Formats: sequence, structure tokens, C-alpha cells
Amino acid sequence: MSARLPHQSRSAQLVLILVALAFIGFFLVLPLVAVFAEALAKGLATYGAALVEPDAISAIKLTLLVAAISVPLNVVFGLCAAWAVAKFDFRGRSLLVTLIDLPFSISPVVAGLVYVLLFGAQGWAGPWLIDHGVRIIFAVPGIVLATILVTFPFVARELIPLMQEQGRADEEAALALGASGFRTFLRVTLPNIKWGLLYGVLLCNARAMGEFGAVSVVSGHLRGLTNTVPLHVEILYNEYNFAAAFAVASLLALLALVTLVLKTSLEWKFGYSHRSAR
Amino acid sequence: MISLHNISKSFGAFAALHNIDLAVRDGEFLALLGPSGSGKTTLLRIIAGLAFPDEGEVRFNGEDVTELPVAERKVGFVFQQYALFRHMSVLDNVSFGLSVRPRRRRPSKAKIRARARELLDLVQLDGLGDRYPAQLSGGQQQRVALARALAVEPQLLLLDEPFGALDAKVRKELRRWLRQLHEQMGLTSIFVTHDQEEALELADRVVVLDRGVIEQIGTPEDVYMTPASGFVSGFVGDCNSLPVQVRAHRAHFEGVVLDVPVARAFDGPGRLDFRPHDIALSVDGGGLPLQVRGVYRRGGHWRVEGTVNGSQRIVEIDLDADQAPPQIGSELAFRITRARVFREQEAVR
Repeated sequence: MSARLPHQSRSAQLVLILVALAFIGFFLVLPLVAVFAEALAKGLATYGAALVEPDAISAIKLTLLVAAISVPLNVVFGLCAAWAVAKFDFRGRSLLVTLIDLPFSISPVVAGLVYVLLFGAQGWAGPWLIDHGVRIIFAVPGIVLATILVTFPFVARELIPLMQEQGRADEEAALALGASGFRTFLRVTLPNIKWGLLYGVLLCNARAMGEFGAVSVVSGHLRGLTNTVPLHVEILYNEYNFAAAFAVASLLALLALVTLVLKTSLEWKFGYSHRSAR
Repeated sequence: MISLHNISKSFGAFAALHNIDLAVRDGEFLALLGPSGSGKTTLLRIIAGLAFPDEGEVRFNGEDVTELPVAERKVGFVFQQYALFRHMSVLDNVSFGLSVRPRRRRPSKAKIRARARELLDLVQLDGLGDRYPAQLSGGQQQRVALARALAVEPQLLLLDEPFGALDAKVRKELRRWLRQLHEQMGLTSIFVTHDQEEALELADRVVVLDRGVIEQIGTPEDVYMTPASGFVSGFVGDCNSLPVQVRAHRAHFEGVVLDVPVARAFDGPGRLDFRPHDIALSVDGGGLPLQVRGVYRRGGHWRVEGTVNGSQRIVEIDLDADQAPPQIGSELAFRITRARVFREQEAVR
């Protein structure tokens, strides 16, 4: 592991490592520490109170609900898209891959605005929806829609290269042995992609819970009704309620840390099972 | 009996197969031989039901199965890289075909296990049932793939480059063993290969394909001794080619008349093919002069490489290894005892 290029001096190696560490320390570790320090600045009691306050509880509940809807939907979509791209030849396959990537390159604010334009009171379908008593914008459905759009690529992006690399031979073998399409998926495809799928779900979930921009546009910031955790943090901060803002923000930071730990352990497992498959 | 009628298949602008007609007899061991891109694997996949022809019909025992998917054709298919299920043990791999049957046709768990063990015995892998594919050698994986394919009791066994990924010694053993298994189980087997030696050694009949067209169907003896086209002649077995002019059933090479009979009646430019062993040393001073460039042993023969008549064209001939090998740089004279002549345009097609 300690391989060096022959002409590379040890001091150059040291400098590069120090630069990288300084960068990470300044931009990642320091803010993270600051979040927890600020959150706990007024003691554990204030910290706890900020988390159990009714508006905070409702924001946490809404965030969990949004994730619970959008993540499974993205799993289904991601599996379908990756399956189609990796296992079938059809016209427009590369166009589909490009489209899947679109949410990565679109500003989340624009993603949110799209739904306001479509379903808002002044939007295309807005008046009809209001007449029929359906509220999408400034309500939970809008938040879910915006989150789905923003997290759209995570699962598919993870699975497409994996399934492409694995090819079609395993599935063909199962079919040749008489298995139905569904059985082939359950017993052959799914076990082959399970680590990649978990990895994608993890990233998708982290983004679904942490999304601010798109959700902010469609939510309407109604306390206790349409506030997710990131939006709640912003409101508290704008009200100069720093300790509470950082306390709730520490939840998101914690989510990031848990995701990181799980991701690393999955990578280890994933990489490991990947190598042994050759 | 399996028969293919007028099968054509294209991938976009690329015509992979063109008007293929083929009848496979029951119990036959058939090789589909050709270079890469010749369409041999596509043909095998069409027979299996893993690919579907644009035109034509596939019949099993007279019944049209062209539209039937692979699951309903009851064939055993062995994939080139084996495609073993890596997350399943060897025993589970072999059991797979029986365990996915619809409930009313599915044997009990115990029966499936017993059958899988029998098959592992058959392919001489008893005791390795609990291993995973990654823990097996290439030859063992190949045999697991075979046992897995045989578990569903197919009448027809299809193998895609079955020995491609194995080293030479294992390959030879497996070939012999596969041939034995084929006879023992009364199977009809079709395998794809680009290795002419493998096809000639193993098959009852060889189908030679080039660019999506069948060039010749015949026994290994036919294909080797009386190739139907310039392509077959050059692809199957070692072969020397000389550009010749044909006039009145005689081939002329750079002004020399070759005293080998030319069976085909045409006049004009052609290509004369002969095997390295279809020669005799000339003692009376006639024949073609060969400037020796290199000599090496090939079994019981010296394989002599040299140039003829000062041209840069390399010719290989076999000499008896009982005699001392010719010196490099020396010259010897030989006659061609058996040859085939192909018209120029056939030869380069």
C-alpha cells in the first residue's frame, strides 16, 4: 500500500497529504464540530427541548414521511430504468441515460418552480385541481414530488454501470433453466446487485431528507404543516433562535455521519464481494 | 431432429446470418466453426431461443418453435463464461433448474438435492457441492455449468465456446470427457468454436460459417480433405496458398508448370492451396525450389518454413523427422502431391 513513484520525494508526499488534511479539516470537520458545539452551547436541556418542541416533531415526522414515500418510489424506478438500459437494446437508450442524469444538472430551485408552474394556483393544472379540492403546492404532495425529482438519479445511477458490467448471461442462464422472468429477478438479478442497490438507497435517502432548495419553493413554510427539517432549521435561524436551529441541524449532521459510516462499511463489503466474484 | 429453414438475422445494418439452412440429426455431435463475427454464436442462440431470427423457421422434430422462448424449448445451454450464479453454492446452482419448476411439476426438496448430487457425481465433482463458483478452477466451473444444464434433462445440449477459457491440458481432457458424456446420455449436442482443431477432433459433422453464410457442412474428413471453398481451405487446417494461372487443367506458378491434377475446369487466375504434408521431396531435380528459412519439430515431423522461387511468400512443408532436418539457408526441391485450386474471385471473397 505504501507504493511510491520512484522519483517522488518523501517531502512532496508529506506536503500533499498535509494540504489534503488541512482542506478537509477546514471545510468539513470544523463546520461539523461547530454545529454540535453551537447546538450544545446552552446545555443539554435546551438541546433536548428544541428537538421535542411540537413544530420540530412535526418537521421530523414530515421529513420521515417524505423519505418513506420518495425512496421506495425511486427504488422501483431506478430498478426499472437500470434493467431497461442494461439488459435490453432499444432506440434512445443513451437519451434515457442522459435524462436520468438531468436532475443532477438542474438547480433544485428550478426543479421546485416547475411544479409551481404546473400545479400552482396560477399554473396550468392549478385551477382545475383547486376546483376539485386537491392541493399539491404548499402541501405534502408537492414536497414529495419535488423530492422525487431531485433524488431521481441516485438509485438508477448506481445500478446502471453495475448491471451493465454484469451483462445478461446470468439472467439468460436462469431463463434457459426454465425460470420465469420474476423468479429470475428475485433469485439471480437481485442478489447480484443487492450491495449496489443498498448503496443507492442510502444516498437517495440522505438527499431526500436533506433537500432544501426544491422543497423550499413548493412548501410554503407552514409551521407544523409543510415544514421539513431543513426548512425548520432555516426558520429557527432567521428568528435568531441559534441554539434551537443548531440543535435541529445537528440531526441532519448526524444523518450525514450515519450515512457515511454505513456507506463506508457497504463499500468495504461491496468491493469485497465484487472482487471475490471474479 | 432440429432443422433450420432460411434463417436470416441482422443487428442494425450488420447482417449476422443470411439464409441459413441446416438439419441436425438426433444423437449427432455438431460443431459450428468460424472466425469471430461469422455468426456462429448468433446461430446457436437462435436454436436455443435466446435470440430470434428476422426471417425463417426453427423446427424441433418437425414442430415450429421459432417463437418459443428458451424456457419452453427444453434445451441445455452452457455459456461461454459459464454464467454460474456466484451467490449460490455449487449444489444450489445445479438444483436451480428443478427448483424453479411450477409447483405441480417440482420434485420435493430432498429429491432435487439427490438429483443434483447424482449430477455432480456424473461430472466428477462429488464433494464440492458446498463450494461457491469462485472457489473452483476453470475446468471445475465448466463442469458445474454442464451439470446445471443437464439437470433439466434436455434432449439438446448447446455449448458456446465450451473450452475457450481453459488451458490446453484441461481442454483436451474435458473434450474427451464431454464426447463420452454425449454418447452415454444419448444427447444431441451442438457447440460453437473458432478452434478448427477442436471441431475436427470432437464433432461428427462440422458446419463452417463465414460472414453469416454456411460455407460447408460435412464430416471432419470432408471439410479437411475436400474443402468446398477457398475460405474453408484456408480456415480449416494449415494451408499454403500460391497464386497460379490455370490453363487446360494445369496450374502455372511463376512460369513453372505444377504437375498436380487440377480437378476444376476453368482458365485464368486462381489460388492453389496445399497442406504442408501433401508434398514429396523431389530427387530428380524437378519441382519447386524452397529456400529454407526455419525448421522446428512438430511431433513426428520437421515443419520447414521457406520461400519459393525467391518470392517473399512463406510456404510450410512437413518432412519426416527420421531424417536430419535441412540446414537453414539451404535449398531443397519438392513436388505438391495433392492440391485444390480456387478461382481468384472465390478465393478472396
